[in-house]
This record gives sequence, structure tokens and C-alpha cells, in this order.
Amino acid sequence: MFGLQKKEKVVKNLKFRESLYRKTLSLSAIFIIVLLSCIFLTLLISSMPSIKAIGVKFIYGTTWDPVTDEYGALPFLVGTLMTAVLSLLISTPFALAIGLFLGEFYPTGWISGIIKNAVELLAGIPSVIFGFWGIFTIVPFVRAIEMKFGIPPYGVGILTASILLSIMIIPFSASLIRLVISMVPSNLKEAAYSLGATRFEVIRYVVIPNIRSGMSAGILLSLGRALGETMAVTMLIGNTQAIPKSIFDTGNTMASVIANEFTEATGKVYFSALIEIGLFLFVVTTIINIIGVNIIKRFKV
Amino acid sequence: MNYSTSSFFRESRNLFFKVLVIIFTIITLFPLIAILFYIFKEGISAINWHFLTHMPKPVGETGGGILNAIIGSVFIIVVAALIAVPIGVSVGLFFSDSNSQSKLYRVSHLAVDVLQGIPSIVIGIIIYLWFVKPFGKFSAVSGSIALAFMMLPSIIKSTEETLKRVPHSLKEASLALGVPYYKTMIRVIVPTGLSGILNGVILGIARVAGETAPLLFTAFGNPFLNFSIFKPMASLPLIIFNYAISPYDDWHQLAWGASFILVMIILFLNILTKLAERKWKVRF
Repeated sequence: MFGLQKKEKVVKNLKFRESLYRKTLSLSAIFIIVLLSCIFLTLLISSMPSIKAIGVKFIYGTTWDPVTDEYGALPFLVGTLMTAVLSLLISTPFALAIGLFLGEFYPTGWISGIIKNAVELLAGIPSVIFGFWGIFTIVPFVRAIEMKFGIPPYGVGILTASILLSIMIIPFSASLIRLVISMVPSNLKEAAYSLGATRFEVIRYVVIPNIRSGMSAGILLSLGRALGETMAVTMLIGNTQAIPKSIFDTGNTMASVIANEFTEATGKVYFSALIEIGLFLFVVTTIINIIGVNIIKRFKV
Repeated sequence: MNYSTSSFFRESRNLFFKVLVIIFTIITLFPLIAILFYIFKEGISAINWHFLTHMPKPVGETGGGILNAIIGSVFIIVVAALIAVPIGVSVGLFFSDSNSQSKLYRVSHLAVDVLQGIPSIVIGIIIYLWFVKPFGKFSAVSGSIALAFMMLPSIIKSTEETLKRVPHSLKEASLALGVPYYKTMIRVIVPTGLSGILNGVILGIARVAGETAPLLFTAFGNPFLNFSIFKPMASLPLIIFNYAISPYDDWHQLAWGASFILVMIILFLNILTKLAERKWKVRF
């Protein structure tokens, strides 16, 4: 009798622990979802004062002036878009080359080992060090170009930030492109080779058509990276509040304006206008990520 | 004969493309070499024993070190890892062990991907609103929480990947011996994949060690030595940023020295994961 009771107790205890284990795990997964929703809600609630005070003008207004309490974020939207697109234009050919080099031309061997490690190392260098290095190397370089063209030689500006940004996102987009290249079924490639196709033709007519959607997802995810990059851009873009008229102009991105002004923002509307920019950044990167990740996922299957 | 299909044309086009790919690849390596060279050149001359063991000095006085930033960085990152590891491992365990068609799995998996993509500056804002504004002061622990959020995705993903590779037979053998399920997972599966999980943790640390943006409004920086996690604290990335944008050459030297140390730490962590991977990789 006693033994049976004890056994029941053990079983009960076991069941309790079992359910505790499962609940803990599920709770931690729920925690991530709750965390994300809380982030969104906090941003939304905190930017309410600015949304109420400014409304839609926030998106198309061109004046950003804390003194007159006027907040139009268009210059930053334009600045962000310009730097992100320009850096993608610069980086994509290089990322594609590395992706092809590692995924197609030299998938194994010591050379690809070196390049793989070098690219990983490049990815590991902190953004703030990139920015610091850029001040001493890319700024004089761009200044020299500007002198040649007779443009006011600021050195800093959209182009400077974009060049640095493109160096920073190459590792990320290259690794994504390599991933999708490695997923092209090898029997397709072998079939083309056996018909006498050259490697270029295999890449052009078999690999590229197969990875088109995957590649666009990779570029999309890189865009998400470029939009949110803060420190290096803040150090090189010049931080002015007007809409940049050319790629040599100085400007500001959404992330850099937050980094520059957040701790100094005293007014209620000013503070919440900066948070609204953060909300914008959050929503845009989230949408980009969801689309990009879903395309890549479809690729994996 | 059609020009575009002549074999000479095709082969030279092939060669041209190959050379193009190689040239582009090599060009990409230039910035890396340049940046490492620059950091070594400027950093080595800035570093000495004094630099590592002394506090920063005001402008005008030569010398001074970054002791407070090194200690601050270590503090902030250790606390961040203490927060992120339990949550990350348990989410990773959940992912590795649950039905990938279930709703919770899909939504939370997507949430992790989204979390990974959130710009670091937005994380900074959030932590400021949650932990700095209510208490009315910047604190090291708020910086740690911000970094913990950024570490989570990499810990979760490596835990999931590693544990998924642990063969089913191991789990079945343990269950067949009458070991309860939770004990099988914690005592058999997790230890088997421990190296992979550790790898993810180190990689996560390496990823956030250089993060500056989330610390701007949280740990904030501190010119003095501070051991309380409830006060503002200096850190390497912050000190690099502040000194880099200053107009003083002395401070630039300090920033180069700090950059050198930071890159060395990150390099060391990366090599550590490589070695660990080679030695203990889950292979079955």
C-alpha cells in the first residue's frame, strides 16, 4: 500500500516536471513574440504625441526644426533611400562575384578558405571602427574626386557614406548569394555541362535563372541592413537637415538623425518625432525581413 | 558560321567572365586589408602598459588610457550574456524539439528573424523607453539588456541548428531506458550539442562586442571607473565613437588603440569558435 502511494507520488512529480519543462519552453517562445509586439506597441504609443501634432505632414514635410517645433522627415527619408540604394548598387556586383567565386568557381580548397575567412572577418569588424577608418581614408578620397569636379569638397556626404556602407554589407549579401547558389540542383548544372556548355553559359543560363528570386531576397535583406546601419553612416554623412540634391551633398539618414539628436531632444513633440522615425525604421525593416526570409525559405525546400 | 556560337568566342567569353569574377573578388579584399593595416599601424603605436591600465585624461594632457572602457565593456557584455543565454537556449530547445508546422513555432520563428533584422538604434530607443526613462538615469544594465536582445537571435539559431543535428537514436535510446522526456532533453541532448550552443554564444558575443548604437542612450559612457551596473558605464565602442569624432589628435590616438583592442578581442572570439567547431563539432 505504502509502496503504491510512493509510486503515485513519483509519477505525479514526474508529470509535474514534464509539464514544467514543456511550459517553460513554450513560454520562452511566446516571450519572443510578446517582446516583438511590445517593441512595436512602445514605439507606436511613444510616437503618438508627434503623430497627433504633425500627422501626415511628417512624411512629406521638408523642414526639421526643433526651434519652431516643425518636424518633417522627408530629408531623412530621401537621405536613407539614397545611401541604401547607392550602396546596394556598388556592393551587389562584388557580392555576386564573391558568391560565384565561392559557390561556383572554387567551392573548396585553400584559396576559398582564405577568402571565406577574410569575408567573415570583414563582417566582424564593428561599424564604429568602419566609420573611424572611413574618416581617414574614404573622406580624403571623395574629397579628391570632388575637387576634380569642382564641387565644394566637403569629403563627407551621401557618396562617402554609401561607399563605406557597401563595404560593410558585402559580406552579408555575399553569404546569402552563396547560400542560394549552393542550392541550385547539381544535376541541372551537370546536364548543361554534359551538353558542352562553358562555365559562363552554365552560370548565365542555369544558375542565374534558378537563383533569381533567391538573389532578390538576398538583396532585399541587404537593403534592410543598409537602412538600419547607424554608426558608420552617422560619422560620414555630414548630418545636415536639408534634402540632399546630389550624391555629393551632405545629408542625414533616419538612423543617424536618431543617433545624433535623441539624447538632446527635450521637447515632447521633438522627442516623440524622433521615436516616430524609429517606428518607421522598425516597420520598414520588419516588412523587408518578413518578405526576404519567406522567399529564402521557399528556396530551401 | 554564326559568330556568337563560335567556340573561340564562347571560350574567350568564359575566360573573360572568370577573370572578371576573380578581379572583383580580389578588389573586395582590398578594404579589408586596408582597414586591418590601418588599425594595426595606428593601434600598435598607441598601445602600451600605461594605455591599458590608466584612465583617460582630459584634452591637452598627453598619455592616458582606456582602463575604464575595457572593464566597462567586459561588465556590460558578461551581464548581457547572462541575460541572453538562458532565454536563447530555451527558445532554441523549443524550436529544435517542436513540430515545425505548429502555429507557435512558425510565428515565433518569424519573430526571431524579425528581431535579428531590427536596426540596433531602434533597440537603443526601446531600452531607453523601458529602462532608462522610468528610472531617470542611464545605467550599464540597460546597455546589457539592449545587447542581450541583439545576441538572442544568434544563440537561438545556433542552438536550434545544433540540436537538430543530434541523431534521433540518441533520444530514443535514452527514452527506451525509461528516462523521462525532459531529463532526456536536458541531460542527453543538450550536453551532446553543448559545443554548438557555446559556439553560438561566443559568436553572439563577438557580434555585439562592437555595437555602439544601442549603448548611446543606455550605458551612455562614463569618464570614470565604475563598478556599479546601475550607473552609466564606459565601453570600448562608445569611447571609440566619442574620440573618433573629436578634433584632437591625442584622442584619435586613444581611439585607434581602443579599436585595435576591440578588433583583437573580436578576432580572438572568432578564432575560438573556429577551433571549437573543428574540435567538438557534432558529427554522427
